[in-house]
Amino acid sequence: MRHDGFKPAALHVAVIALLFALNFMLPDYHHGLLARIMVLAVFAMGYNLLFGYVGLLSLGHAMFFSAGLYGSGLAIYHLGWSVPAAFGAGLVSGAALSLVIGLLALRTTGVAFMIVTMMFAQVFYLSILYFAQWTGGDQGLVLQQSQRLIEVGGVTLDLTEPVTRYMAALGLFSVVLVATLFIARSAFGRVLVAIRENEERTKMLGYDTFANKLAAVVASGVICAASGAAYALLFGYVGSTLASVQYSILPLLWVLLGGAATTLGPLVGTVFMYYVIDVTSGYTSAYMLVVGIALILLVLYFPKGVLGTIRDRWVRWLP
Amino acid sequence: MAFGPHLLLATLEGLVTSAVLALMALGLSLVFGVMRVVNVAHGEFFMLGAVLAWAVTATLGGNPAIGFLAALVISPLIVGAVALLAEQLVLKRLNYNPEATIVATIGLLYIIQQLALTFYGPDARPVAAPFNYRISLPWFGYSGYKLSIIGASAILLIATWFVLTRTRIGLVMRATQYDSETAQAFGIPVERVYAGVFALGAMLAAVAAVLIVPISQAHYLMGLDPLLLSFIVVIIGGLGSLRGTVVAALLIGVSDGVISVFFSPTLAKIIATLVVAMVLVFRPQGLFGTARR
Repeated sequence: MRHDGFKPAALHVAVIALLFALNFMLPDYHHGLLARIMVLAVFAMGYNLLFGYVGLLSLGHAMFFSAGLYGSGLAIYHLGWSVPAAFGAGLVSGAALSLVIGLLALRTTGVAFMIVTMMFAQVFYLSILYFAQWTGGDQGLVLQQSQRLIEVGGVTLDLTEPVTRYMAALGLFSVVLVATLFIARSAFGRVLVAIRENEERTKMLGYDTFANKLAAVVASGVICAASGAAYALLFGYVGSTLASVQYSILPLLWVLLGGAATTLGPLVGTVFMYYVIDVTSGYTSAYMLVVGIALILLVLYFPKGVLGTIRDRWVRWLP
Repeated sequence: MAFGPHLLLATLEGLVTSAVLALMALGLSLVFGVMRVVNVAHGEFFMLGAVLAWAVTATLGGNPAIGFLAALVISPLIVGAVALLAEQLVLKRLNYNPEATIVATIGLLYIIQQLALTFYGPDARPVAAPFNYRISLPWFGYSGYKLSIIGASAILLIATWFVLTRTRIGLVMRATQYDSETAQAFGIPVERVYAGVFALGAMLAAVAAVLIVPISQAHYLMGLDPLLLSFIVVIIGGLGSLRGTVVAALLIGVSDGVISVFFSPTLAKIIATLVVAMVLVFRPQGLFGTARR
């Protein structure tokens, strides 16, 4: 590889080590918040794979998140599956949904792609409300502590216990972070960037751009579903608000803020936005105003986000 | 009530929805057609129109007809001014880049919604209809005001059609829509056309809101459903096609009304949204539009 691979790898290990160390240092409130942020950062990383690398702006990723959320949540709630099996069910739901949506939505481009994904997500959201008998509608479902235990060789892991929960979130986060770094550096990742820069030319070079884009949609969908499934298992709540339009906009905001097409951007964006809302909510309940103004300022002045700007100006090797 | 009259009632309700929807979708279609901007905040201009109508009538008090007429003039003017401001401060600086403007208008949506929640509150508030006259049909009485909405909408649509096809302003707008660079080369002030079209689109949404608010209260979240329905109408009707927009609004409004009466409204929305997504996937130029260049 032409690039120096050591510095990026060291940086990622350092980030994971820092998050591990924070487990022992943070006070209770921030400890819980960071576990949630890591799960949602996985959602943002899945979104970034499609938006950042392929340049496809989806306005419907809440459906992939909630496919994982409901896939695992319903399996536990109604079928009494174990935690690992339910997590698998969430991933499979996400993969199946993203395959179907990808096959349909990738026939469109540009603005039509955004609107189509938004509409499919809306159909998914309304279906959750319509089948309230099973999904709990807008009330949602709560998973009990007894349903969120993992038996591993005689040891019982309780996902409601803060440290276990934090470590589970960190584990998922680390796996996905390393996976996205790997994808970004692989031949597949480079084809995706080529499609973003010039799809016609990539096609002329002999790449099947549709197959590559479809693979990216499915990979993105599965990562988002993993985040959704983890959300259901770790926080025990499965509700329709998590499938609403707002949860399609939030990952876009996090990725834009942190820096699209950077591996650590989603984490930076999620942490930053969460704490901005957390701090401002001490002064005002108007958090939507903060989100709105942040979106407009970002597209106007920082279209590349925090890490994208840092990479452009100072640290060229940042992945 | 027997099936026939029930169906008639559902159709009338659907026609009222269609009338309002056609106005609102026309605004969205103009903005998308001329500027290539997907205005996600269009529903919030609609909501703002309704909230301002309540504010105007509540401030004036007195005769509901006078308050309503004042709202019909003042509310769209304020909404137009807000839209103009947003256009100048944000959209213009983004060079009307389609993807950046979507993100920016999403931001605008959140800002307007939050300001409405903060200053207007979470309650739904009614506005008195300008007149109360019931037309008695053999099976049921029907609000004369609702029928007048259909009339008012038809007049406004015809006026817009006249401006677009028979006046110099319309010619300039169509030229910009067809090819903005050539238009600019011929001395058309494209940026001013864009600003005007964006304000006009928002004002159409505000007028639609003022018309509907006497029968469906003003609420800070009321913009979301009409926004999705307008998207649906614009997509089905084909972009920039006024006739397509009206036909699609009739189709969507009446079928929504009829399906909602006989089935669950959620199911109606699921079916409509899914059908439209499929139209967009398999026939992107819309059912009535022609393929783009």
